[in-house]
Amino acid sequence: MKYAYYPGCSLSSTGVEYDISTKKVAKSLGIELWEIPEWNCCGASSAHLTDHLLALALPARNLAIAEEKGLDVAIPCAACYARCKATEVEVRNSKEMQETISAVIERQYTGKSQARALLDVFVNDLGLESINTLVNKPLKDLKVVSYYGCLLVRPPKLGFDDAEDPQSMDKLIEALGGTPVDWAFKTECCGAAHATTKSEVGFPMIEKILTAAKETGADCIATACPLCMSNLDMRQTQVGAKYGQNYSLPVFYFTELMGIALGINPQELGISKHFVDVSGIVKKLNEAAGRRDTA
Amino acid sequence: MERIELTAAWAKGQEVLAEVTKESGVRASKCYQCGKCSAGCPVAFAMDKTPREIMRLVQLGLMDEALQSHTIWLCASCDTCSTRCPREVDIARVMETLRIIAKRKGSVAEKKMDLFHDLFLKSVENNGRVHELGLILGFNIYGMQPLKDAHFGPSMLLKGKLSPLPHTIKDNGEVKKIFANVRKRGGKL
Amino acid sequence: MKRVGVFICHCGTNISAAVDCEKVAENAKSFPGVAYSTDYKYMCAEPGQELIKKAIKEQKLDRIVVASCSPRMHEPTFRRCIESGGLNAYLLEMANIREHCSWVHPDDKERATIKATDLVKMAVAKVMQNEALVRSTIPITKRALVIGGGIAGIQAALDIANTGHIVDVVEKEPSIGGRMAQVDKTFPTLDCSACILTPKMVDVANHPNVNLITYSEIEKVEGYVGNFDVTIRKKARSVDLKACTGCGTCIQKCPTKVPSEFEMEMMDRKAIYTPFPQAIPNKPVIDRENCRYFKSGKCGVCQKVCPTNAVDFTQEDELVTERYGAIVVATGFDLFDESVYGEYGYGKYKDVITGLHFERLLNASGPTMGKIKRPSDGKIPQNVVFIKCVGSRDEAKGKAYCSKTCCMYTAKHATLVREKIKDSNAYVFYMDVRTPGKGYDEFYTRTTDQYGAKYIRGRVSKIYEKGDKLIVWGEDTLLGRPVEIEADMVVLATAMVAKADAAKLAQMVGFSYDQNHFYTEAHPKLAPVETHTAGVFLAGACQGPKDIPESVAQASAAAVKVCGLLSKEEMPTEPIISAVNEAICSGCGMCVPVCPYTAIDLKVIQERIHGKTVSRKVANVNSGLCQGCGACTVACRSAALNLKHFTNEQILAEVDALCL
Ligand SMILES: Cc1cc2nc3c(=O)[nH]c(=O)nc-3n(C[C@H](O)[C@H](O)[C@H](O)COP(=O)(O)OP(=O)(O)OC[C@H]3O[C@@H](n4cnc5c(N)ncnc54)[C@H](O)[C@@H]3O)c2cc1C
Ligand code: SF4
Ligand code: SF4
Ligand code: SF4
Ligand code: SF4
Ligand code: SF4
Ligand code: SF4
Repeated sequence: MKYAYYPGCSLSSTGVEYDISTKKVAKSLGIELWEIPEWNCCGASSAHLTDHLLALALPARNLAIAEEKGLDVAIPCAACYARCKATEVEVRNSKEMQETISAVIERQYTGKSQARALLDVFVNDLGLESINTLVNKPLKDLKVVSYYGCLLVRPPKLGFDDAEDPQSMDKLIEALGGTPVDWAFKTECCGAAHATTKSEVGFPMIEKILTAAKETGADCIATACPLCMSNLDMRQTQVGAKYGQNYSLPVFYFTELMGIALGINPQELGISKHFVDVSGIVKKLNEAAGRRDTA
Repeated sequence: MERIELTAAWAKGQEVLAEVTKESGVRASKCYQCGKCSAGCPVAFAMDKTPREIMRLVQLGLMDEALQSHTIWLCASCDTCSTRCPREVDIARVMETLRIIAKRKGSVAEKKMDLFHDLFLKSVENNGRVHELGLILGFNIYGMQPLKDAHFGPSMLLKGKLSPLPHTIKDNGEVKKIFANVRKRGGKL
Repeated sequence: MKRVGVFICHCGTNISAAVDCEKVAENAKSFPGVAYSTDYKYMCAEPGQELIKKAIKEQKLDRIVVASCSPRMHEPTFRRCIESGGLNAYLLEMANIREHCSWVHPDDKERATIKATDLVKMAVAKVMQNEALVRSTIPITKRALVIGGGIAGIQAALDIANTGHIVDVVEKEPSIGGRMAQVDKTFPTLDCSACILTPKMVDVANHPNVNLITYSEIEKVEGYVGNFDVTIRKKARSVDLKACTGCGTCIQKCPTKVPSEFEMEMMDRKAIYTPFPQAIPNKPVIDRENCRYFKSGKCGVCQKVCPTNAVDFTQEDELVTERYGAIVVATGFDLFDESVYGEYGYGKYKDVITGLHFERLLNASGPTMGKIKRPSDGKIPQNVVFIKCVGSRDEAKGKAYCSKTCCMYTAKHATLVREKIKDSNAYVFYMDVRTPGKGYDEFYTRTTDQYGAKYIRGRVSKIYEKGDKLIVWGEDTLLGRPVEIEADMVVLATAMVAKADAAKLAQMVGFSYDQNHFYTEAHPKLAPVETHTAGVFLAGACQGPKDIPESVAQASAAAVKVCGLLSKEEMPTEPIISAVNEAICSGCGMCVPVCPYTAIDLKVIQERIHGKTVSRKVANVNSGLCQGCGACTVACRSAALNLKHFTNEQILAEVDALCL
């Protein structure tokens, strides 16, 4: 299995551990990721708030490079995925847009190369059974709430999962030996850049999600987006302080949890880069694995 | 409350309404004002008008009021509204279009949020990618809050999450050209 | 010499606004064969018809062209008119200059007038070739079939039976009664549904002219108006209805519990069961899918305990064929599958239920003995939220139409919450309150004003569970603010939709349905209980969402139509049917499989050729079955088949008139 790989800007900075864990996990699952050479920023939320054409053109360049190679693009970041998917669909459905875009990026893009969410690739192309057979350090007794964020499964017509009650990450957690915990905030929006640009709006949005996650009694949150990660992880103490809460709720990229379950050393996955301490969970999982090994 | 004379307002709003319809591909008349969009909108608590009210303003051609609202800037583009609208109105797209038009007209209710996006794109144009440290520093300096979030800086650098220098791509000419080409086609960036 | 009269109608201004009718009448005077031509404001009105009759006499006209609306509505009118003017009804042609001309070309009077003139010219050319046709007759079987034993079917059967005709009622379920049997109290008077339904069920069961055929389905329908041959599958009940006394011992002793469909699965029934206490017939049936005996061959308890030896495991489905003169279809509705609303958590949260569940919770013989309790934990809910238009008026996830009954039944539900639960709150999320109807709006006003239900205008976006509460997110669109309610129970007013097998039944009987699979009436205003298929009538919610009063009214109307038909010994048939020119028919049989009404077979004829008698096969059209569709005429390679009134010569005359 081979895909073009588009990490996106966040994965080379705030979300670096997402990049690291993705590559490690893909490797141990036998999935080849060909990183798009000289990829550019997809424009994320800013371009499509500014100019519709720019918002399509920026992702289109990366997709065009993948198309030249004849590959679909695996995209970890939910925001990048949403922008790329929108571009792919709009270009594919309109000859006129295809011509405009190709003129603007000065490359050919027809919409043939598809934008695929990394989660979708793992769960639906590789399959849960294959993943399950490769698990050697199951996430035993680990209660996980899956946080898909708002963009990963929308719009419903383009999504790879149910837009209101998505299941793929939950099923993945189960395949990794963990315990998925159902909750109602799977797709509630974390406010994206609002925490930075307008914290009085962004913080309450983060608070609602953290509180709901905490109420389920889960041990940790799994996420698929670097922006969600920095909102829930980096800002967790800050938000907690504002609302008089101590959440102490570790947040993982789902790829990190996959890595741990596949037996990769957690440190190699970059989990020390988290802001909320995850050592307790890692220790617990190690102990469980140790017990199993000796048993 | 001031009484609105609807016929005159409708006539006045036509031009912008036509722009919104064309650029968003949404006919505002489809909306039957059920409020499901606003009921689920995660940002509605902070908005000065609910998303449904924005749709109503557009329906009546009260475009100035729509363009001047904070709502269109506070919208997080999460698509919750569009996903659930029973009339399949793409409200998120209407919000996006109103923002673009508001910006074109120079009537930006949330200057700081807009600034962020400007700096973001500037970073993309210059480097091909976003330089997050530069972006955050710039945002806080231009935004007149130099110390905001500063405490994250050192630990971020330490964790290798922020690099002091921008990542650039070798051949950034291509990205610069995309910006230029969009401008050539009338894009106001 | 043929003398054609041409009559151009203005249709008020429907035609004359776009077509210069005087000019068309003037132009028509020059067409070959036209002896007289005039125009008039309303040709179908009494004075218009008199005008035609007078002209026939005074101008000695022998064939007529009326240029007006679609023949669908008024061809019978004008045929009657010229008949009473002394001409054969088939010497009439209509030129449709309304639907085909004025309505589609409202903005170009000059060219619309030219087109109207052309249409009239074609009609004149055709009518010149028309021949007088004579209707024959078919006998009428004096027995009616009602499909569906809900309130609509019951009412139709009673009304037909009371005029002395025999009626068979075929009901799919083990008991008649339909949805009304599940409903607790009925708006707007709040009288108990069972109290008004049960007597009717008993009446229909005891009526000497009615045969109830329950637990049965239609298998095949052949024939045509007056003579439908219907095959009915009587499903094996496993209980001999004659021997069974309805004592109920078997039910008591049966060890197998199954969620009861009638109680919306909030209560169990047995594998041998009657769906509800007032069921008719009040005799059990074995649900073979769940019965231990049928699954594993063991048990047989019911058979052992039955004092009359009525339980019969060896019963088999039985097919019976009966001939009917007329059919009333009254198969009712289903409820929309609301599981598509992931955001409401239906199916996931036990206390999010539908209106029909709520009816059962209200009902004294229901799962909670009439106390409103939460399905999850049996607690009495304090805050009950109702959401209207779920699946209705929702193009994205449901149906575009309004289900018509749910505004009223939700008002009823909210009233009953306030009446039955002390200190409770009833919140109703609505988009519109649609309560036209006698006493209906007053009922709604009482719900808010007297019973204090709180109506909130807005559609709910999300429901989720928090502890043992359901958090409901809406917008109060009148305030323009997001609102939240901590509810104990949420009731969804789900859309009324067509039965899952509605299309299948329609295809079997041979009538049409709309894109939502509701059955199509022959005319939305003037023929609301007829279908396009002669002899088939509609009653109740199978034709579209309806409440009880409307279903009953429609059922009585359908009954009148049936009785009208059955009151005759025979009825005239349409003479526009296919005819075989035996001289050129090669007997190839190509036409036989083409006919959708199986009206053609091959027969052997004797001929004398060169003094010798030879026999050969030729096609034979059954005039009772042929519907005049014309399919055979194009299939015939020798052009031996010709459709009367639409012969090749007639069609060509029209084409020539237009093109030459
Ligand atoms: C929750 C709820 C509350 C309501 N409350 C009220 C109220 O208070 N007042 C009011 O006026 N109305 C009320 N209604 C509306 C009322 O239920 C309908 O108007 C009424 O049931 C329509 O009657 P029907 O005979 O047309 O259809 P149904 O009641 O659906 O009966 C149809 C019958 O046909 C049978 N059938 C279906 N298909 C076949 C087949 N292929 N072969 C043989 N038999 C078949 C069915 O088994 C059923 O017995 C309510 C509806 C709902 C959903
Ligand atoms: S959900 Fe759709 S129809 Fe309802 S108010 Fe919003 S835009 Fe209008
Ligand atoms: S896209 Fe904007 S308006 Fe729509 S729900 Fe999200 S934040 Fe609200
Ligand atoms: S005959 Fe037809 S066209 Fe003429 S008045 Fe009547 S309805 Fe109108
Ligand atoms: S044989 Fe079937 S129906 Fe009879 S008692 Fe046993 S399980 Fe019940
Ligand atoms: S025990 Fe026999 S008689 Fe009594 S209800 Fe059952 S089948 Fe009928
Ligand atoms: S009757 Fe009322 S609740 Fe039902 S669909 Fe129509 S408006 Fe909605």
